[in-house]
Amino acid sequence: MMILAVNNLLDPDTLPMVLRIMVMAVLVNLSCALVGSFLVLRRMSLMGDALSHAVLPGLVVAFLFSGSLSIVPMFIGAVLAGVATTFLTQTLHHYGRLSTDAAMGVVFTSLFALGVVLLKLFGSRVHLDAACVYEGSLIMVLDTIRVGGLELPRQILVALPVLLVNVLVVAVLWKELKITTFDSALATAIGISAPVMHYTLMTLVALTAVASFQVVGSILVVAMLIIPPAAAQLCVERLGRMVLLSCLIGALVGVLGTLIAVRYDLSPPGTMAVLAGSIYALAAIFSPTGGLAARAWFNYQTSARIVREDILAMLYRVEEYDRSRKIARADAIEAVGGGFTARHALRTLVRRGGVTRDEGGLMLTDSGRAQAAQLVRTHRLWEAYLVDELGLPVDHVHEPAHRVEHFLDEEIREQLAERLPEGAEDPHGREIPE
Amino acid sequence: MRSHLAEAQQAASTDLTTALEVHDMTVAYRRKPVLWDIDLTVPEGQLVGIVGPNGAGKSTLIKAILGLVPLASGKVEIYGKPYRAQRRIVGYVPQRETVDWDFPVTAIDVVQMGTYGRLGWFRRPGHREREFARQCLDQVELADFADRQIRQLSGGQQQRVFLARALAQDAKVYFMDEPFAGVDAATEAAILRMLQNLRSAGKTVFVVHHDLQTTEEYFDWVILLNMRLLACGPMESTFTTQNLQRTYGGRLTILDQAAEAVRRRSPE
Repeated sequence: MMILAVNNLLDPDTLPMVLRIMVMAVLVNLSCALVGSFLVLRRMSLMGDALSHAVLPGLVVAFLFSGSLSIVPMFIGAVLAGVATTFLTQTLHHYGRLSTDAAMGVVFTSLFALGVVLLKLFGSRVHLDAACVYEGSLIMVLDTIRVGGLELPRQILVALPVLLVNVLVVAVLWKELKITTFDSALATAIGISAPVMHYTLMTLVALTAVASFQVVGSILVVAMLIIPPAAAQLCVERLGRMVLLSCLIGALVGVLGTLIAVRYDLSPPGTMAVLAGSIYALAAIFSPTGGLAARAWFNYQTSARIVREDILAMLYRVEEYDRSRKIARADAIEAVGGGFTARHALRTLVRRGGVTRDEGGLMLTDSGRAQAAQLVRTHRLWEAYLVDELGLPVDHVHEPAHRVEHFLDEEIREQLAERLPEGAEDPHGREIPE
Repeated sequence: MRSHLAEAQQAASTDLTTALEVHDMTVAYRRKPVLWDIDLTVPEGQLVGIVGPNGAGKSTLIKAILGLVPLASGKVEIYGKPYRAQRRIVGYVPQRETVDWDFPVTAIDVVQMGTYGRLGWFRRPGHREREFARQCLDQVELADFADRQIRQLSGGQQQRVFLARALAQDAKVYFMDEPFAGVDAATEAAILRMLQNLRSAGKTVFVVHHDLQTTEEYFDWVILLNMRLLACGPMESTFTTQNLQRTYGGRLTILDQAAEAVRRRSPE
């Protein structure tokens, strides 16, 4: 869009500009990831969207009064808009008999529209460009200030203090944010007021939206607020690690997004949002805790174990019927469903020494036989339990026992055994192995 | 002078210290009364069952006492002072379903939250709070699960984590909302042992309970509730067939109609 494609990212002419864009993107994304983590955990992601739009009128008014882009009026404008949004939403919910989401929809669209009108009326006076409000414009980094020997984007005067405020508040009120997010009733009961923390967080979100929207645009602020924390939550199981990881993802997205956008002449905010979405997709697939890949692997391992156990139990029953009889490899594979899974399961059993094979067919080893006996024991104990306690007919109990035998542990097995007399048989009159 | 005299008279007239006094309390949700004119007094050192049908306002009673829902009228005193002044000596166990068990915290983190009230704003929990939380977790026999994320615990274990957190609050008066709901037999026994330990230590524990079969066995004192107070007193004299019939024998239609009328006609 507004920045020409930079073929050589290290070109000394364009490098400072690229770095300035990158610095802004990283600062903004860090702020978003920090406060966004709590929004995601509070299931208030939509509130991030609402606030990032609703701060616009506050901002325009702040510009009108101060005539410039400086932190104090922006801060005041954002806080007022943020508190107004939260307060109006709750008021509409209570007195207007609107559901919370509808109230939020009414408030933020109205405030955003008010901002647009104000912008049209006074836009020329406040040096705010409507397009950049919606989409963001990193070209703002062309407007620079000199600090010491460094040429920095003027926007850093807003983005850096906002990040510092966010870090400070989250650090100082960590315990309070944690408990009000996890259990607001207990928090309020012990004197850590959930409403106070709610307004504090909303103020931070409004502030962050202000610092961000000129860089990534109000439409994409919500992407940076929500996606990095959502991806982080998929991967870790501690609050501290989740916040750190989402900051890391935010920073990574800032750096990579800038490089890709500059190299291929794309919109930096759009590129960052797409990147964040891709990282989320990767996390959803590869997260070690509950990712799609981890679950698929677990499912595969479980079904492989079930097939192995079925082979062992089958060989045990054949032996029980006729000790001299052996079953051919092909027949065994066929009997447990055939295919790759069955062949692989048998190979694994042979490798682990549960089963041996010779020309006559398959045989259990001692260790294989011991394992098989426990499976058959579980199976028959369960059958006896179903007939005695649940009153199922004898011909209905094999299938359920066949499913359950793979999942009951020692403890449950012994509880099942305790209720039967010594030397009891299963409902089909077969011995229950020790 | 006069107030001293009055206090002395009051102290002499009751041989047991009063842990909770609720005076003429009415609670309304969006102007519709759900609890009417509750008056009750409970002495310390009791296990108190709060019993009544669904929608009787049992949880609301607890929340109103803890200041989590506003009172339409009346007042609440814990050891003779309003709740706000007594937060430190009150422990609360909300219903298990009220929190998100996918939340990224470990069992020990949740238990440690019990110490936050004592710490107050801004002060961070330190080594001492960590150690105390560990002891509380040990008391509910979950020491080995301290570093598990809470989703990985069974329902019964989750409930015990909540109770360990209440222990970490180190309170004198406890309010527990359905701690026995949906737990396994082992957990039920563990919770009961814990309640009895609390009583031996002189604590007063209020428990919202839904199982009439076990009420008599578990508690010393009972509050029968169905939008209004039916009875409040020691188990033997209060948990009578007649009182239970009055509590469970259908809602009072007049009370329902009155609540509806108040909702419709009262000013915003």
